Order: sequence, then C-alpha cells, then structure tokens
Amino acid sequence: MALLQSITQSEPTKKLTMDEPVETLFSSTASKLVGKPINRVDGSLKVSGQAHYSAEIHLDNKAYGVLVGATIAKGRVESIDNDSLKSIPNIIKVVTDPEHFLRNSQQGGLKKAPTQGATEIFYHGQPIAVVIAETFEAAREGAKALKVTYTDETDEAALNFTQELSNAHAVDEQKGSDKNYVQGDPEQGLADAAVTVDRFYHTPSQNSSAMEPHATLAHWEDDKLVLYTANQMLASCKQQVMDALDLNKDQVQLIAHYVGGGFGSKLGIAPESIAAAIAAKDLGRPVLITMTRPQVMEATIRRSNTRQRIAIGANNDGVIDTLIHDTISSNLPDEAFFEPTALSTHYLYSGKNRRVNYEMVDMNQVLSGSMRAPGEAVGMIAVECAMDELATQLALDPIELRRRNEPEKDPSKDIPFSTRKLIECMEQGAKQFGWDKRNAKPASQLEGDWWIGTGMAAAARGNQLQASEARATLQVDESKALGIKAVIETDMTDIGTGSYTVFSQVAADLLGLPIDHVEMKLGDSALPPASGSGGSWGAASSGSSVYLACEQLREMLAEKVGLYPDNIQLDNGQIKKAGEHDLTVVEAAKKGGQSFADSTIDKLSQTTGLSLSGESASQEYDFDNTDAYALAEVVAGYDEQKVSAKGQIKPGKNGKKYRQSSFGANFAEVAVHKVTGEIRVKRMTGAFAAGRILNHKTATSQCYGGMVFGIGSALMEEVIHDKRDGRLCNHDLAEYHVPVNADVPQLEVILVEEDDPYTNPMHIKGIGETAIAGAAAAIANAVYNAVGVRVYDFPITLDKLLYEMPE
Amino acid sequence: MKRFEYSRADAPEQAAISASTKDASFIAGGTNLLDLMKLEIETPIKLVDITRLELEQVETTADGGLRIGTLVTNSDLAAHPEVIANYPVLSRAILAGATGQLRNRATTGGNFLQRTRCYYFYQTDSACNKREPGTGCPAINGENRTLAVLGTSDSCIAQHPSDMAVAMRLLDATIETVKADGSTRAIDVKDFYCLPKDTPHIENVLEAGELITHVVLPAPIKGIHTYDKVRDRASYAFALVSCAAVVDVDDSGKLNTVRLAFGGIGTRPWRNEAVEALLTDTDGNNDVITQAADLLLSDAKGNGQNDFKIPLTRRLLKQVIQRALAGEGA
Repeated sequence: MALLQSITQSEPTKKLTMDEPVETLFSSTASKLVGKPINRVDGSLKVSGQAHYSAEIHLDNKAYGVLVGATIAKGRVESIDNDSLKSIPNIIKVVTDPEHFLRNSQQGGLKKAPTQGATEIFYHGQPIAVVIAETFEAAREGAKALKVTYTDETDEAALNFTQELSNAHAVDEQKGSDKNYVQGDPEQGLADAAVTVDRFYHTPSQNSSAMEPHATLAHWEDDKLVLYTANQMLASCKQQVMDALDLNKDQVQLIAHYVGGGFGSKLGIAPESIAAAIAAKDLGRPVLITMTRPQVMEATIRRSNTRQRIAIGANNDGVIDTLIHDTISSNLPDEAFFEPTALSTHYLYSGKNRRVNYEMVDMNQVLSGSMRAPGEAVGMIAVECAMDELATQLALDPIELRRRNEPEKDPSKDIPFSTRKLIECMEQGAKQFGWDKRNAKPASQLEGDWWIGTGMAAAARGNQLQASEARATLQVDESKALGIKAVIETDMTDIGTGSYTVFSQVAADLLGLPIDHVEMKLGDSALPPASGSGGSWGAASSGSSVYLACEQLREMLAEKVGLYPDNIQLDNGQIKKAGEHDLTVVEAAKKGGQSFADSTIDKLSQTTGLSLSGESASQEYDFDNTDAYALAEVVAGYDEQKVSAKGQIKPGKNGKKYRQSSFGANFAEVAVHKVTGEIRVKRMTGAFAAGRILNHKTATSQCYGGMVFGIGSALMEEVIHDKRDGRLCNHDLAEYHVPVNADVPQLEVILVEEDDPYTNPMHIKGIGETAIAGAAAAIANAVYNAVGVRVYDFPITLDKLLYEMPE
Repeated sequence: MKRFEYSRADAPEQAAISASTKDASFIAGGTNLLDLMKLEIETPIKLVDITRLELEQVETTADGGLRIGTLVTNSDLAAHPEVIANYPVLSRAILAGATGQLRNRATTGGNFLQRTRCYYFYQTDSACNKREPGTGCPAINGENRTLAVLGTSDSCIAQHPSDMAVAMRLLDATIETVKADGSTRAIDVKDFYCLPKDTPHIENVLEAGELITHVVLPAPIKGIHTYDKVRDRASYAFALVSCAAVVDVDDSGKLNTVRLAFGGIGTRPWRNEAVEALLTDTDGNNDVITQAADLLLSDAKGNGQNDFKIPLTRRLLKQVIQRALAGEGA
C-alpha cells in the first residue's frame, strides 16, 4: 500500500513517445466496445438544449457587446465619436483598446498573440471597437450607429487576387505546414513526356461557416480572467490570451464544454475574445460578445483562394515521370500562413521529377488560415482533376491510371508508408458504386432532361499526432450500478466530432465498465492539456492520452491484485485473470528486447516505475481460487476510495521514419440539366482507410460531413469580395451557399479495414478530413463525364458550363 | 435594430390608419422585414401587426376565380386544394421559394413586398440607390451575377426575388387594398410594381398606410402549368432565372394559349404579352421560338457577371414551349 500511495500523490503517468510501432490493447479487451457504432453520449443533452455553448452560459449582471467593424479596406481610424450613441438607451459604453484589440484571429497551435492593433486598418470589417449595452439589441444598434472617422487609403489596397498574382512573392517555409520541393528536372521531364496535362486551377476563398458563431463570455475573478469561449484548442488559445493581455498562466482559464463546429476557424483565438476580456475588465462585469454571421465571415478566418498549376508528364502507358504543383495563395501582409495545397502531392503518386512550389500575394482581405483539411481540400481538386484529364488522354480507366502510379514508398522522402490502402479503397468503393457499369465516353448518357456522369478521385490526408495529456480516475460511486465510475479529465474539446463519445468508449473498453459509468470532463483549460481538435488529430492524440491513462490504471490495478499487465482483464466492473502471463515477454523487456511488443513493455516499465514482476502483489487476492474481484471493492481499498493516473502521448520518430496518411476514394454520380446547366449530385460513395475505427457511427458521420463539404466546394462555396472596396459581399448563409439537404443525396461510406501500429497505441488515423480530400474532384470529374466540359475555375456553377454544353 | 412602437390592428381600415404615418410598416410573417430591421435596411418607427385580422381565408369568387386573404401563408396557399387543382403554376412557384420554415410564416401579401437580394442593398455601409437614393449603384460594375437584365436603369439593376409574384403576374392576379381613408382599390399585378428608373427606392404603387387585404385570381386557365426555377442549389436559393408558364396545345399541335412570366431576370416579375402573342396560334417551331426569345430579350442588358442570364432565359423559354408541345409538364 505504501508504494501505491506515493505513486498516487505524484500522479503516476504513462508516457509514450511514438518512436516505434506499438501493440494495442483493443485486441484483447473484454467488451470490444471500441469500434462499435454507439450513439453520442452527449446526444440527448444537445437535442434537449442542455448542452450549453459559450453564448448560452448565464452569469449574473452580464452585459452584451457587439463589435464594430471597419468600413474601409485600408487606412487608419482617426477618431471614434462616442457621443454618437448618446440617444440610444441602454448603451453602457464604447470600449476600444487600439493596442490590444486583435486585428486578426490566430492560427492554430501558436503560443503567442495574433497581430494586434485597432488603429491601422488592413481589411474591411476589421474590428475596431465594441459597443457594450444592457441588451444585445441595444449593443447592435450602437455598433451600427457609432460614428468613426477614417483616413481612407482603400485606393492603395490589394483587393483583386487575379491582378495581384503578378506580385506573388516567396513564402516563409519555416512558418508553413509544407515546404517547397524539387526532385529531378521537372520542366525537362515535362518537355520530354509523351503525354502531358498542364493546367491552371482557380479555387475561391471559402468560409467554414460553423453553425455556432464565434462567441466569448468574459468574466474576471479579481485578477483572473475566465473566458467561456468557442475554441478548438484550449491549451494554445490560453497562451495566446496570456500573451495578448500580458497575463500569467494562473490568471487565465478558458472553458469550452461544447463547441458548435470549428472546421479550423476556432483553432486560435478570434477578435471577440480579447475585446470581451478588455470590456469585462473595464466594466467590472461579465461581457458576452457573440459575433454576427457577417462578422464571422468578415473578421475571423477564410480559406485562401488559390491559383494552382498542375502539370503531369507520363509515358504512353500512363506511368508518371513528372509532377509539378505550384500554388499561389493569398493572405494579409506579413501573415505567414499559406494554403499547403500540395501536402499529399508529395506522396500520392510515383514520379521521379517532382516540384512543389508555393508563393503568395498580399491582400487586404480577412486573414486566411486553416479550414477543414487545409491543403488537401483544395489541392486535391487540382491534382485529382488533372489525373482524370490524363486518364482521358490515355483512354485509361481513372482507377487503372492511379494503380499504375502506386508508389511502393513515399516517392519524395524515400521512406515507407506506415500503411497505405489506396488501392483497396478504390476497389471497394468501385465495387459498391458500380464503377464497372460506367460509360467513359463523355456526354453519352441522357436521362430525360439530365446528362448523367460519374467520376472518381483518390483521397489522402496526412495523419498527425500532437502531444496530449489526460487523467483517468477510478472512484467508488454507489449511484452507479457497479458501484464505481471512471472520470476522464482533459482540456480536449468536442467540436461536434464526438470526442465525448469516443473517449468514453476508449475508457469504458480499457477499464471494463459500461459506457454510462464513464464521466467525461472536457473543455476546461484547468484540466490536463490536450491536442485540441483540429487537423483530424484529436481522436488520435487526445484519445491516446486517455488510452495511456487507462492503461496506467490497469497496470496499477494488476499490481495491486497480483496480476500482470498482460493478464489482467477488466470486464463489466470485475477484475479477472486472463490466462498466464508470459514470463518471456517480461524477461525480454527487462533486457531491453528488440521486438516491438517487448520494447513497449520496457518503455512502460521505465516510464511508470512499476515493477512488472508482480512481486509486490498483495496476498489478499487469489485468482487460483476466485474467478473475479469487484473493481469497486478493489478501488475501495485506495485512499479516498479512488485511484487516478495520467497518460501522455508525444509524437516521435515514427512520424519521420514512416509516411503516415489516411487514404480513400470518392465516387460521384451527377446530373447536369441539358437546358440550364444546373448540376445536382445524385449519389456518392466514399471508401476510406484510416486505421482502426473508434466508433463506426461517428466516423461515418465525419465522412458524410467531408463529402458534403466536397459538394459545397465543387458546386457552390465561394466567398465574394468586392474588388473595389474589399467588402465581403455574400456575408450570410442566404448568399454564401453551402449544400442544403436537397443538395445532399444518398451518401455511402465504407470504412476499409486497417490497423496501423505506427500511428499511436490505438492504431487509428485521422478520418474527418480524409473524406473531403478529393471529394470535390470526384464531382468535377463526374461533371466532365456527364457533359464533356472541364471547368478549371471553382466552384462549377452553371454559368461556367452553359456556353459549352452539348446541344 | 432600432427601437419601434408596436401595435396590433383589429380591422383592416384601422391598420391602414395606424400605418399611414411616416415610417410605419405592417408586419405579418416578418420573414423579410425582421431581417431588414435587424440590419437597419428598414427602420420603421412603428410596426402595425396585422396577424390578428380576419384575412386568412381562400374563397371562390362568382366568376370562378379565387379570392385569397393576405394572411394566407405561403405553405397554406401552395397546399390549397383549389390552387393545386386549378392554379398549379402558383403552387409550384411558391414551393420553389425559400424553405418550409419560411413558407410556414410568410404570407401572401408579404411575399409581393419582399425586397431584392442585391448584395449592396443589404450592406448599409455601401452605396445603394434603392436603399439610399442618390448614393449610386455599385452593383452595375460590381458583383452582379444574380441581378436583373430586364427593366434595369442606370440607377439600379436589382432583381425582384419573389417566385410567387411571378406566377401571380402570369395569372393576371389583382391586388385588393384598403387605404387609411377607408377607400379600397384593386390593382392589377401588372401595374403594381414600378420600374426602377431613377427612383429605385419606389418599388410599387402602394400609398402610405395602404394595406393589401386580398389577392384575386381570375378563373383558371386551361393548359399545362409549369414553374421552372434555375438556381445555384436545389433549395433555399433565389432564382437565377425562373419561368412560370401556362401553355395549351390544340389537337392540331398549335399553341392555343401561351402565357409566360419570368423571375430572376427582371427588376419586377417579368411578362411580355407581345411575346405570348407571337407564339400563340403557331406550331412553336424553332424559328418562332427564336423570334419570341429575341423579342423577350430585345432590351436585355447584362452587366458582365449576369450576361449568362440572357442565353439561359433563351434556353429555358425554348424548353418550356417544346416540353408543352410534347404534352409534358415540368
């Protein structure tokens, strides 16, 4: 007992750095709960309004703030006339802080504040002040009425992307998420190629349009700032707040129990957060700022518009020698983020001559940054449409073309893939879709007034792992049927993706409890810091820390009852012995054995300080004569009737030694109206391989979401900025079109079986963004098959088809 | 949103009196007005709620038509058995508009009065002759892909967004009103909307306080009723071009009746009776369709991004006639 107590006090922690492949416990748990398509554990709270989002948190004496956006695209605020609001009742005051207000949102994961300053204006809609009132309505009226005098330099602003292309400049590769790359002689390769495709693609700016607008309720407890705020990554957002307001770590707490979608737009803090904090301090009362829909679009973050050159050179058999992917994207001056369109281009297909090159142009438009699958989502439009064009030229089936260019290793880095199931995804998707019935000849199938076409595209999305921590506690709880519950604590967010659910499954499975015996505490920066939600890394990163914390508990329990990590079984609230433990494994572990199972146990032994010999086991548990002991009774033997442990995952050498990526294939059937050129997607099938699947239902939903994003990206989503004054013209959901129900047909998702021991101890990979990668290209390729028209300027709206439609 | 007074009317005349003061507005479904008020595009000082008025009936008239109370919701009107049976073009037009939720709230009278969706009209820090006379029209040389090509002026190219009103124009509907002085009048939909000219802020002939009480449809017209709406997504999108049509073909294959009204292309619901006359009593061959399209679009003027609406309208017109000749509905 003495040993365990001291461990408890110092928080026993299972640490794992992914330097080697590891085994997963999921193969040997009793319940096999992980993977099952269970419903969301927070579903009933959400549909009954009991899941409270930031703007719904009530604090006494709350005041309301509405941001005031600049009405010029470039220039300077000269004065703000507070008296202009005198006649409006219920206005409390106008708050501004020219130095500390955020000019821009922050990008994901950065530890410092984003660009601050509310005097110099860099884009139309830039927040410059906040009007605080007793009611939201009064604040909004005040924000409209506030008279601001500017020095207007809009004439000098960069507002036309096409015109600015000639001013493109190099990117700062050190600050980007991809790098320029040259291998062989791409231009010569292209010149020498028997068959080439060489095209410019244009994709527009897009907006995430998460259902929940950015909102922050700020509240000061003496010198401590508490922000209820819509964020995806609390740990880094906390640091951004600290830096923006010069506060220390004990002075800032961020809470985001529920987040209504992020898609990248909430990776970093947005302007309303700091404005709310400053106003709350000024007033000495809580202040809520909810951005309006137009403000979300005008003043948070957009996906950059891009111009991409794709050039592919192949021989007559369709074997690719040369791949060029050059991209120009846009951002505000001095902002480093550029759209990493070619993330998957590096490894998707073979080819000895390769070039990826990035440039950017400075624009006076709202910050560009991460939006769902930054990089692949629009980069693969270009790559996968070009592949389709190449297949057409070669009269090859698009799947066959891809098969002929399947690399054995990452062709850029010459490292193996951890797992790569592109071929399987294409094959299973093709079978389900009925690809073999396809007529490859364009404009050959007319059904009534509609041209029918089918298309496909590959999908790839790089897998990511971020450092993450979680705590798991087992504690006696007589209100539970089994007299015990598990409590999981981490600052991880659930942005609608299902974190609450899948982590409950992980914990319930590893700790042998029913899922309703797991209590999740997420979304509070006071809890152990997690990866946050983004880049499809959340389940893998934060989930692994939950896994490790539970694994640590399992081992502590094993120790306590005289079992071993390899033969303790936790089953429905009982501790059982599952076979004899393998002495050779332990012996090997002690010697620092070489097999990956051994090295795992070795590391486990080092990091936990636990003996694996079972020598210190209590004599009170006798598994030779007793089948099982109640978990509740064992835990009751700990101080305060509870035992807790932490888990910590870190990315390691596996990320460098192995190319890790999820793969997939999207198939689409579209109908194009022969008279009007209207395009409607009739059905889509997606097959995706993303390692083990934690929950087939939530994973499938993630894929649906990605495919729906693909429909929007292919056919309708486009942020329109006026090229003269920089205003965002279609700044609401009536005019910025995303797919509505009627646009989304039957979607089929196949989760291709895969297991990847290189990624993390759960063997999972990111999935949400895999489905969007290439989805728009599949639709565009189907449009080509339907009417024989290739559109290189996205979205593919009917006016771009009309003049070239077949008669 | 600006503060406003609110009152509830018990009788149409009283409503008209209450709303006859400056900057007063009726409110019924509020599906457009409330948005406009939140954005301060409309800033009525006084709102007169007419939803308690007894104007929710659909009655048959002596001459076989329908008299529709102004408060009949779009959903109810589209689903009304008489409308489905005898005016299917109206039912189809209504159902092509907005969303189920909006149609449940939006009313017949209010639908006529919905405002344009021009981007610049919706942003109060932008110039807009319709919203703020004399400030200019940024749309003419700006983002105008969705805007009008017919009935435009140098002051305004804003499209009329209604689907229902296009069908009403086709059906020769009459709008009945009551004024503050208690007098009533009937206005043909044909005469209801004003062209923008140099006064785009004046959109219809209603006087201050004048309340739409009913909409009267004449007796039904025989023929194939269709409403085609071309749009950027399958629902919850305004028309790029729409065409309401009633076409009747006799046994010899001649076009007995041709009525065509268009949405999305005009500054008001667009109908040209001369085009219909040109097609009537012909066999609808390609030449005559081309002539009809030429006539319809003779004054059409694109402003760049919306140029495509002209050939699109041409294609749609041809489709509607040819489909009717083939005896098919939409």
